[in-house]
Amino acid sequence: MRRRGTIGRRFFVPTRIDDAAGSSYNRESFHDPARRPHAAARERVTERVPRAAASFAASAYGMRHCMNKKLQAVIQGICARCGKDRTRMMDIVRETQAALGCVSSDAMDLIARETGTHRVEVESVVSFYAFLSSAPKGKVVIRLCNDVVDKMQGMERVAKAFEDALGIAFGQTTPDGAITIEYAPCIGMSDQAPAALVNDVVVTSLSSDAAREIVAALKEHGDPSRLVRQLGDGNNGHPLVRAMVRNNIRARGPVIFADMEPGAALKGALAMTPQEVIRDVKTARLRGRGGAGFPTGMKWEFTRQAPGARRFVLCNADEGEPGTFKDRVMLTECPDLLFEGMTVAGYAIGADTGIMYLRAEYAYLAPFLEDVLAQRRAKHLLGPAILGKQGFNFDIRIQMGAGAYICGEETALISSCEGLRGDPKNRPPFPAQKGYLGFPTVVNNVETFCCAARILAKGPGWFAEMGSKGSAGTKLLSVSGDCRSPGVYEVPFGVTLADFLAMAGAEDAAAVQIGGPSGQMVGRNDFGRTICYDDLATGGSVIVFGPNRDVLGVALEFLEFFIDESCGYCTPCRVGNVLLRERLHAIIAGRGEPADLEYLQKLGETIKTASRCGLGQTSANPVLATLKNFRSEYEKRVKARGDGLQPSFDLRAAVADAEAITGRPSVHAANP
Amino acid sequence: MAKPKVATTSLAGCFGCHMSILDIDDRILKLIELVDFDKSPVNDIKKFTGRCLVGLIEGGCCNEENVRVLQDFRAHCDILISVGDCAIMGGIPAMRNTIPLKECLDEAYLNGPTVYNPTKTIPNDEEIPLLLNRVYPAHEVVTIDYFLPGCPPPADTIWEALTALLSGKPLTLPYQLIKYD
Repeated sequence: MRRRGTIGRRFFVPTRIDDAAGSSYNRESFHDPARRPHAAARERVTERVPRAAASFAASAYGMRHCMNKKLQAVIQGICARCGKDRTRMMDIVRETQAALGCVSSDAMDLIARETGTHRVEVESVVSFYAFLSSAPKGKVVIRLCNDVVDKMQGMERVAKAFEDALGIAFGQTTPDGAITIEYAPCIGMSDQAPAALVNDVVVTSLSSDAAREIVAALKEHGDPSRLVRQLGDGNNGHPLVRAMVRNNIRARGPVIFADMEPGAALKGALAMTPQEVIRDVKTARLRGRGGAGFPTGMKWEFTRQAPGARRFVLCNADEGEPGTFKDRVMLTECPDLLFEGMTVAGYAIGADTGIMYLRAEYAYLAPFLEDVLAQRRAKHLLGPAILGKQGFNFDIRIQMGAGAYICGEETALISSCEGLRGDPKNRPPFPAQKGYLGFPTVVNNVETFCCAARILAKGPGWFAEMGSKGSAGTKLLSVSGDCRSPGVYEVPFGVTLADFLAMAGAEDAAAVQIGGPSGQMVGRNDFGRTICYDDLATGGSVIVFGPNRDVLGVALEFLEFFIDESCGYCTPCRVGNVLLRERLHAIIAGRGEPADLEYLQKLGETIKTASRCGLGQTSANPVLATLKNFRSEYEKRVKARGDGLQPSFDLRAAVADAEAITGRPSVHAANP
Repeated sequence: MAKPKVATTSLAGCFGCHMSILDIDDRILKLIELVDFDKSPVNDIKKFTGRCLVGLIEGGCCNEENVRVLQDFRAHCDILISVGDCAIMGGIPAMRNTIPLKECLDEAYLNGPTVYNPTKTIPNDEEIPLLLNRVYPAHEVVTIDYFLPGCPPPADTIWEALTALLSGKPLTLPYQLIKYD
């Protein structure tokens, strides 16, 4: 569960300001207990100020006063750049974190004051997101992805190498404050796992050797960007990206990975009325690509019709579902198509502002995407009077996330854009009625906007002819795990799983997770089924497991993921998943009974029914799907005992503390 | 045919649930026409005299003796019912679960603001059962068949449940008996 909220060590803060300002104070003094940062700061002050002021500054009060002055200046600058607008809290705290290495307790007070809000509002944001912290982290933070695919590809060896080379454990910072190592859930690089983020820089296909080299290089120069030696293909080599990430596009289809002249879709759209644009999207039978599959045209129509002074277009680029990385490839290779789709949506619903919510893990793409937006403005494809159409003004800004899976849920995404914790909101009202800041809002996936743009450029009939009956068009699938060709495939809807697995070189797959942890795991009996909304629905994640993988172990991994990512708001999700994990763990450890299967089923269904948002409602799927499709795996691990005792209860362990305290042995544990 | 037998026990509880059992008032006369009581604090029978149909469990397990008694109940009863919140989820005694046992004892016998203990003794007679590291709800120690929530469950809830069980009819508790505000 996301709780966090450690109390900041405030004396570390000023040293960060010094660093940010380029001060040359000696970092070595950091280790010396006699010259902790406040001592160093005092020394600095005495160097530069007259004697009288120096004695004032050297007093405890004066010291804090000076520090606060500097901190205040930094915070005031950041808040001013964000218009002192508390709905921009995400930007404010992200910038603070970047400038100071943490958002300290004092910084939170100052931010609250500057933006005219309560301190608890600031703290609740800082404590929620994985990329923010109230205590200082290292100058370089290495976030190693510990997703199930990364574990399959040898992440544990890499983790060990990092720990050994740095002499610290995960979750810790080196004593010199240079490097922090921690785990991160899926960072969207499953096809080139194991992977890690070094600050914003992605390093892929890691080995233990690579881990040691990274540590050696960072110790030498401390610059993550110099870790990229070989650039990836396509725009990964663009001067504004310069990433070693590979696209791994294995199959190109006509919708997403085809060429398009920027403006082609907009020209088509602007020749029609907004109502006609919506009609075209409906005729094309476009459904949401994020996974839920809601008809896009209908969503746009509801939003257009909802009363409101303003309307907004939000793009969900918070691709967090483990095993999904197709949005990353679209953002790299076809950002114009995406932005064009958002602009078309803006025209259709009558919005003047679009926001793309980009997950923090993809921050390395932000400068490139900003540049694409700037070019589009220059070509009058964004901004006032787009393509000369008087009255149609639309612009897009990028909202960075800060590491929270739940923000991929549309109402949580809206909360985050509003500068709040990424808590889901109650639905109804749906975002189409009351969304961002209470205004009617369209939230669509990256791929959905790309499809919409293509539909306006090529016509709804062309699109609707592709795919299967209930699922028009193509789908991007991101494949990882035990297969020869992991990567992104654009395939028409309706392809059978078996045919698709053959394309990916996964003929000997024993189990496939469709749609990520929140989707379902299917076995060989289901390989004849088709990938579409009405059968095997997926937002794009396909994780392949070979015959030697333990499906119960995989289910347990996925449960861990949901437990970590639960926002903790509602009890079924916060508590229920922990109970599921305990029981599943007992079964895997050989302490299960047949009745446990019914328990898992009932509890799983309760979580599914009673949870507040999509995360909770799907969080039991790893257990429910494996219970259904891999029942024999469970049955062979549970055994009936018949004595009515709970095998998980261990009296000897339960009395161990008391035996140690009292110095006498348990009577009953000895004679059970 | 002999009457079915019922056994009851209070483990880490306050006897409040047993008070609620007695709170069925004059229906207790009707109950003893339906059943015989075996091991129970109500009749002070200390040891099981034979097989029982139903065992009513009040309280969770806070020490090794609780565990022993509960396992004994499981061995002798066809149906075990967790009665009340302590049996079902540990209840008030489980408030110590987040605190290490040593700290609990120190607070109770040495450091608590109202403690008077000049010899600084923590009771440790060999007759005192050892405490468990935490308080366990009954179903974490043995299989429990039914759960009657409440603190305590109202007498009518217990009555309805027992008579339904004895007559083999499905139990339908009215809303009034399962709401707790």
